[in-house]
Amino acid sequence: MKVTGSSLFATAMKKEGVDTIFAYPGGYVIDLLDELYDHSDINLVLPRHEQGLIHAADGYARATGKVGVCLVTSGPGATNLVTGIANANYDSVPLVCFTGQVPAHLISNDAFQEVDIVGITRNITKHSIMVRDRKDLGRIIKEAFYIARSGKPGPVVVDLPADVMKELGDDEYPSGVNIRGYKPSQGVHMGQMKKALQLLEEARKPLFLIGGGVNIAGAQNELTELCEKINVPVVTSLMGKGAIDTDHPLYMGPIGMHGCYAGNRAINECDLLFTIGCRFNDRVTGKTSKFAPNAKIVHIDIEAAAISRNIKVDIPIVADAKEAIKKIIKHTDSMDHGRWIEEIRAWTKDVPLKAEVKVGVNPQLVVEVINYVYENDDTIITTDVGQHQMWAAQYLKLGRKHRLITSGGLGTMGFGLPSSIGAAIGCPEKQIISISGDGGFQMNMQELATAVTQRLPMVAVVFNNNYLGMVRQMQELFYNKRYSITCLRYHKECKGKCGTPGHECPPYTPDFVKIAAGYGIPGYCVTEDSQILDTLREAKAKAMETSGPVLVECAVGPYELVLPMIKGGASFDDIIL
Amino acid sequence: MHKKRWISMYVENRSGVLARIAGMMSGKLYNIDSITTGATEDPTVSRMTIGLYSDDATFEQIKKQLNRCVEIIKVIDITDAPTHMKELLFIHIHDCSEEEKAELFRVAQVFGAKPIDYGIDSVLLESVNTESRNNDIINLLMKKFKNIEIVRGGVVAIESISMRDR
Repeated sequence: MKVTGSSLFATAMKKEGVDTIFAYPGGYVIDLLDELYDHSDINLVLPRHEQGLIHAADGYARATGKVGVCLVTSGPGATNLVTGIANANYDSVPLVCFTGQVPAHLISNDAFQEVDIVGITRNITKHSIMVRDRKDLGRIIKEAFYIARSGKPGPVVVDLPADVMKELGDDEYPSGVNIRGYKPSQGVHMGQMKKALQLLEEARKPLFLIGGGVNIAGAQNELTELCEKINVPVVTSLMGKGAIDTDHPLYMGPIGMHGCYAGNRAINECDLLFTIGCRFNDRVTGKTSKFAPNAKIVHIDIEAAAISRNIKVDIPIVADAKEAIKKIIKHTDSMDHGRWIEEIRAWTKDVPLKAEVKVGVNPQLVVEVINYVYENDDTIITTDVGQHQMWAAQYLKLGRKHRLITSGGLGTMGFGLPSSIGAAIGCPEKQIISISGDGGFQMNMQELATAVTQRLPMVAVVFNNNYLGMVRQMQELFYNKRYSITCLRYHKECKGKCGTPGHECPPYTPDFVKIAAGYGIPGYCVTEDSQILDTLREAKAKAMETSGPVLVECAVGPYELVLPMIKGGASFDDIIL
Repeated sequence: MHKKRWISMYVENRSGVLARIAGMMSGKLYNIDSITTGATEDPTVSRMTIGLYSDDATFEQIKKQLNRCVEIIKVIDITDAPTHMKELLFIHIHDCSEEEKAELFRVAQVFGAKPIDYGIDSVLLESVNTESRNNDIINLLMKKFKNIEIVRGGVVAIESISMRDR
């Protein structure tokens, strides 16, 4: 039977098991939206901005493990996705982004809302392609989903010219794929693995460094089993946090720029760094020549290109984290590293993670109260990017029941709120919290409307310190306290007078509680530590009661620093405690 | 070691693929020295030959990054493989005296180049040779002649049948 491209698109969504599409209308996707209007089994979610849209799809994909699907119009609809595409690409999130496009005969004419989105996104996608011929439509969509979710997952852009979507053609959606240039690696090279296991047996101070790859592979149970079996301590990157329960006795904490002292010291002193699913990003390594100076390094990653790129490793293994861990469990016997573990624990005792608070609400306490209030709930916590993100990464209790979704690689401000919306849509049975700073929250706070309209019970926590705190912190530590445009209270009249006697800082804008009121949702402002527990409890209850979002602003002191810190490009020896 | 490297690869023969490869290379600050491409016996597949200078670690990374591209079917490192490699070079030498023209014919003969066009005071040579041999001709003629136009096409390569060196 001959059907339109739009009709085949709808068939494809069903065959791919898509139940939610994050979509924003526009001139060249009207046909598609009209087609989807009749498909009540596909939930069309309308965010308020395409950047919020793609972050929501991103949060949905990370929370559910399914492919997140975006559908936007040509031109600005497509370009508004760009940051979110790069974000998903960096954090290996499976997305398929369908962009409308002007009809083929108008391409190159500077037509209304025409952009070369395939060209724009080529370097920030796993794959990007325009459907030029109706007969290729089914195959390309099938391949897009396959590429997005297989191997190291990532975003795929499929550009859909309007005429192709109108054209009649075959109604068959292919059942399989065969892409000659794309064969994700499978299996584990046992020769390499044996060498790695040999090192593991010989090591006196072995350490697992776990990255996001373990979480993506869903290998949390296997990792825990492995660590317990061979009694090896674990540290995690930001993206790896939660791969093993953070209150597990073998978990030694987060590492990297704002990781804990003990974790970073363990890296410095271990004699075998057994790394799984971590790409040795600069925030993890600091100065590469001084990273893990006493260790042999084993590196397991699904992507060959991630291996020996930043850090030269002794044993590279290209494999899926879950498969590799299963193999290690099978081929190892129990070991004893009791003394080494005690050593790391002593460092934790000597230098625990702790926020020193001068004024305002204690951010550490807020995060710890979140841990407490949601202790027994399956919970997803999303964050924005900045100081609050690091506090969350330091103090959140994570594990199989409590998962963190955060923008790790790209560091995208504005990610927290929309990604929590996607997570809430994907996991209606779970508790959802977003933690943002006042800077990042304002980048996508329009999405509160989406949370309201989708009736999503969730709590949006905003750490308001009146500053773009992470940059302010670097200015304080490394730029002689020259706070160039990081104060969000800065008004035009402050120019030249900031910090001088007699100059009074203008009031903060906006009033977040009034913003909440504007969206018709409960809003709270926490100004004292003593209010944190009651407020968060009430917020959680209100979210459930109203089936909608609740905003909680926490007046964090403006001068708090995230510590410890290893400055970019520095080594463990330079750690600021 | 920093040295000249050669990659041959099979890619999907469709638009955007060259842009994908060139974009990836420039985005990661890998400099392409030369790149040639053309359809193969299978019209859906093109073969590319890329020449570039890099150190060992960077070159490993380049090959891995190329392998990641969905449009690239196969990447072959032919740096040290026995191959036949040829580059097409045109040299237009202007402002020649009669004596110099005669000299150019001798040079052409020695280097295996061909005079393919001729004017009152200029000669056009065509040389199909290895890249380094073409460099030699260019270097020589640049020393002797002031007004030279050079058009070169980049290298194409194919694996040897026998194990003879290129």
